[in-house]
Amino acid sequence: MPSIPASSPGGGSGSQGSGVADGDWERVQAEFMKGIWKENPVFVQVLGMCPMLAVTNSAVNAMAMGAATFFVLVGSSFLVSLLRNFIPRQVRISTYIVIIATFVTVADFTLQALLPDIHRELGAFISLIVVNCLILGRQEAFASKNTVKHAVADAVGMAGGFAIALLCLGSVREILGSGSLFGVSLFGSGYEPWVIMILPPGGFIMLGLILLFFNWLKSRRAHWLQSLDKLGEGAR
Amino acid sequence: MKHTAPGLVLRTAPFLKHPTDTPNLMRQVLLALLPVVVAAAAFFGMAAMLVVGASTLGALATEYAFGPSRNRGSTLHDGSALLSGILLGLTLPPSFPLWMAFLGGIVAIGLGKLVWGGLGQNLFNPALVGRAFLQAAFPTTITTWAPQGQGFLHLSSANLAAPLMQARVDTITAATPLGLMKFQHELTPLWSLLVGNSPGSIGETSSALLIVLGLWLAWRRTFDWRIPVAILVTVAVFAGILWIVNPETYPSPLFMLFSGGLLFGTLFMATDPVTSPMAPLGVWLFGVGIGVLVVLIRLWGGLPEGVMYAILLMNAATPLIDRVIQPRPFGRGKHNVLEGDAR
Repeated sequence: MPSIPASSPGGGSGSQGSGVADGDWERVQAEFMKGIWKENPVFVQVLGMCPMLAVTNSAVNAMAMGAATFFVLVGSSFLVSLLRNFIPRQVRISTYIVIIATFVTVADFTLQALLPDIHRELGAFISLIVVNCLILGRQEAFASKNTVKHAVADAVGMAGGFAIALLCLGSVREILGSGSLFGVSLFGSGYEPWVIMILPPGGFIMLGLILLFFNWLKSRRAHWLQSLDKLGEGAR
Repeated sequence: MKHTAPGLVLRTAPFLKHPTDTPNLMRQVLLALLPVVVAAAAFFGMAAMLVVGASTLGALATEYAFGPSRNRGSTLHDGSALLSGILLGLTLPPSFPLWMAFLGGIVAIGLGKLVWGGLGQNLFNPALVGRAFLQAAFPTTITTWAPQGQGFLHLSSANLAAPLMQARVDTITAATPLGLMKFQHELTPLWSLLVGNSPGSIGETSSALLIVLGLWLAWRRTFDWRIPVAILVTVAVFAGILWIVNPETYPSPLFMLFSGGLLFGTLFMATDPVTSPMAPLGVWLFGVGIGVLVVLIRLWGGLPEGVMYAILLMNAATPLIDRVIQPRPFGRGKHNVLEGDAR
């Protein structure tokens, strides 16, 4: 079996479980944080748009989807990273898919058993987590090349960022589209719901506006940092 | 350099300039809208004026707030935001809640124009984007029509609904001529369609007035006369054929021409120079497409009126039309321009 060399810039491939260096914990933190903000799967990479648009018509649905994706992504990143030296290069994609599908099946049946109502609302989109490009992308780009510890940190960060984005969109759409948040009415009975917000066009419009907002925020931050630098130079 | 009394002017070409620029064009259309607004005030009273005012305010505020940050408000001077706001207001029902009209103005300028990069970059007519948003967001409110002749000072309680709150349902409602035709098979007399004393959107009811204004605008060459001609002839021919085949089920072509928002949309929205094709042949295609879609939606679609969606759909097709039908550059012979592109 030809095995790929584990190209882990941190420790060696056999470092997991053994003594943790000081710089290593910082790297774990960095891998985690990049998924939340700097490389957020939705706001920056614009991945996983199918569930993003389809199931965010209420905050509860968005949270259930976020939790299911979190479980699948962390589980499969862990397993893929663990098996990365045994997976033949030629069949790696199909192996990832089999691993992901295993976790999706577990998530699917768990939701069906515990929360049948939400399972019915989410419908086929639970099974469709298998083909979520975010999950497959993390296996191919990160988990298959890094140690288990870093792979899990990366997966938790990415899935967390994805869940935050889902919750953002789901909350805004539920507030405008039905005047409630997590099923709690916010404006009383006289509220006029914006029907478009719980329909697909509202998802596209809201997602576009949220992306616009985050890009604006980032450019403002860059601008601000630049002016700080200039100020520092002027003081010197 | 600026000389107060130049004895000799040294300049390069062009020497002759047409006085029409964007603000000038917008002013002409605004001037043409003035009689429409006055007629609306006469038909629907103060409520209509407030709705138009609210949507215009929303449009202007958005244009100001999201305009270029260095010179805030500088894009207001071309009058295009004012025009979009007034046009949007004129397509709404007179008993429309003011906060919804304001929201429509925001969406029209924000999503209809500014996110595309401002005036001249937008793919869709801004006023119609605003209306399509309102139609999708508040489908029942936007199809609740107030009757005419309730006195100038009459305001329905729906107009004054608090922001985000529902319009109360105690308003007296009436059906538009197209709604009557579609759901009750009842034809409004042609005379009333021409004068405009039938329920409908604020600016669309008086066909005679709109025809006169259309002729004036065409004579001033404010818009391309081919667009209205193509749309109206297509609707007349298509509806006429159906009417000849089966006058029992299908309304007469004259009814189709003078009812609903066809004339208003044709004159003021389809002719938007930004969102219509450039070459004459493309313009004909654009108009025929709108005409066919209007008849299809009105007679077989779920909604009584289809002018808005017809124009928006053909707006979306405009870049395609422009690409396929390019005017032959002078001196290029009979070569197809697209072939030239491929090489």
